[in-house]
Amino acid sequence: MSDKAAVTKRRQFLRGLAAAGGAAVALSVIEKLGASPETALAEHEARIQNAVNANADPATLDSLERMRVELVEALKKPANQRRWIMVIDLRKCVGCSACTVACVAENKLPPGVVYRPVIDEEIGAYPNVTRRFLPRPCMQCDNPPCVPVCPVSATFKRPDGIVAIDYEACIGCRYCITACPYAARVFDFGEAYTDGTPSGPAAVAGAQARGYEAAANFEYGNRYPRQKGESPIGNARKCHFCIHRIENGMLPACTTTCIGRATYFGDANDAASLVSELIAQPNVLRLKEELGTEPKVHYLM
Amino acid sequence: MKTLRWIFYALWFLLMVAGALGVYLRVSEGLQPTALGSYIVWCALPILDIYFIGLSAGAFLLSSLVYVFRVKQLEPVGKLALFTALVCLFLAILSAWFDIGHMERFLSVFTRPNFHSLMTWIVWLYSAYFLLLLAELWFALRRDLAGWAAQQDRRAQLARLILLGRTGLDAQTVEGDRRLLRILGTIGVPLAIAFHGGMGALFATLLARSYWYGPLYPIFFLTGALASGSALLLAVTVFAWPRRDETWRAMITLLSRILVGLLALDLLLEWAEVSTRVWYGVGAEVQTFQTVLFGPYWWVFWVFHILLGILIPFALIAMGQHRPWRLGAAGALVATLFMAVRLNIVIPGLITSAFPGLQEAYQGPRLLFSYFPSLTEWQVALFVFMLGIGLFYLGYRLLPLVQAPKEIA
Repeated sequence: MSDKAAVTKRRQFLRGLAAAGGAAVALSVIEKLGASPETALAEHEARIQNAVNANADPATLDSLERMRVELVEALKKPANQRRWIMVIDLRKCVGCSACTVACVAENKLPPGVVYRPVIDEEIGAYPNVTRRFLPRPCMQCDNPPCVPVCPVSATFKRPDGIVAIDYEACIGCRYCITACPYAARVFDFGEAYTDGTPSGPAAVAGAQARGYEAAANFEYGNRYPRQKGESPIGNARKCHFCIHRIENGMLPACTTTCIGRATYFGDANDAASLVSELIAQPNVLRLKEELGTEPKVHYLM
Repeated sequence: MKTLRWIFYALWFLLMVAGALGVYLRVSEGLQPTALGSYIVWCALPILDIYFIGLSAGAFLLSSLVYVFRVKQLEPVGKLALFTALVCLFLAILSAWFDIGHMERFLSVFTRPNFHSLMTWIVWLYSAYFLLLLAELWFALRRDLAGWAAQQDRRAQLARLILLGRTGLDAQTVEGDRRLLRILGTIGVPLAIAFHGGMGALFATLLARSYWYGPLYPIFFLTGALASGSALLLAVTVFAWPRRDETWRAMITLLSRILVGLLALDLLLEWAEVSTRVWYGVGAEVQTFQTVLFGPYWWVFWVFHILLGILIPFALIAMGQHRPWRLGAAGALVATLFMAVRLNIVIPGLITSAFPGLQEAYQGPRLLFSYFPSLTEWQVALFVFMLGIGLFYLGYRLLPLVQAPKEIA
């Protein structure tokens, strides 16, 4: 066989291979697209349940699936034996703010209310410049300065360590907001994204948006429809690690949405959990540790 | 004179209506019409609250000079001091109430209190102090009112209504009043120190705010209260006292000397506070103090507080030996411009970001470190001031606050 013929044959072979590969990929994409979200979710749930049942080696699972398995396990324990913590790997964070947006969507946060901003810091001088992104949820401090200042005990530390707010009790004095060293508490002034937008028949989209804004959120496992003068309007608000999701076996919205798997969540009282492994490293730090607040959000540098 | 009075009434009414419109908006729309945000969370109304509570505590502590420590020279001004304390306390409570997000839940502080919180303590102590002031004022006015009750006019009806039957003027009842006044005043002194020192502690205990955190604030608040309270009393005594006699002259001279001493002490404490924090130019608060002293609002500190609030009053008092209006003007300047001190306590503590870049991290209408009061906030403040003027005027006209004992004897 001449060199030319050999080259032609190899090209034909590669072309055939590419076609077959492409068809296979296309088929799998079509298959995936064909599956309804419900089916995909059911499959995912089943995979997690199998892993739980089979006591699968966590190391073989994707980090998100592993954290789900561990979360479901932790929920079997009494609440006071769980210790929810968050670990954020700053080396993996690309500053996309997907976590911020997921949190806003999950908790239906109005304008001016944010639980998890991502602080963008520029480091160095040109030409040696880089950026560091610092997602800042509530630190769920073990020794929270915001709790003892509340005049009506509307904010408190739950048995699982999460610092919660009882919206129906909060009088809106904002003392807790001044007491938080992390600026993790905000006030809900009752604003809406549709404020000042046109209404009437010509603005159907606006009307729909208004309906969406009035829809209830499910913070702390309760329904809070957005109505004028009703809580959480007029209250202090903060990140609660998506307690309503956790208690239903789901990871916080910021954790599942993180495109770089930079946010980890789990039970620090479980020595075998992923988060326990991650915080046992020399490059771990917590913000403003000198204040003695004992934050439960850890950062990997 | 009559025309002047009607102009005063009309002006007061107009301003009151303008203020009431703001209050309506505040009550119906919540805190949305304010310019507050999640970073500058406290401003106009908490400033008014600590301003009025300072005036109240100061006026009350001065009244205790009369009723507890028996300073004879100040005796005629005792009732006026108590009434001033009561009106200012009411305005302080009102300002605090207008400031909370859920006004309808204010009773929760009594029904489900958290006694670890200094705010709870302050609310409870305010309430105790309110009751004590009412009782003390009642006993202080009782003798004069009993004199009115014996006559046959409209004042007599009012007096009988207030006195609830205790109209005796015999030596034993009058002595009983005096004894009770002394007991109430004696309870009041530690109470006033506790709630106003507590107000300082409410700020001073916040580890998160290095500008506020420290042991000096409770003392600083008390000195400020005494200075501003005595200044207000001096102004009122100079301008509203009906008899320009020797007693009056002695009273205003003593009050102005007390004011000078207290202002000097206040200045000393302020020097201690500012100088120790910025001396070496290192530390978290240096930037904040620089903003206060040389930032865009430098004039609040230098012009309103130091120049008009301290130096000019000092000069007026020094040159006021034979010109009482100068003493009154000094008192009025100190009392009104103490607002600048309150402003420079609250706002700078809130303008420092917990993290650099926080404001840019997520943009929102309430996520800003800049603040200027909205129209509604000005209106609510106006309402509180006008209500104070109204109550004060009403008390001055209806109650025997400045009566000489001889008149009713």
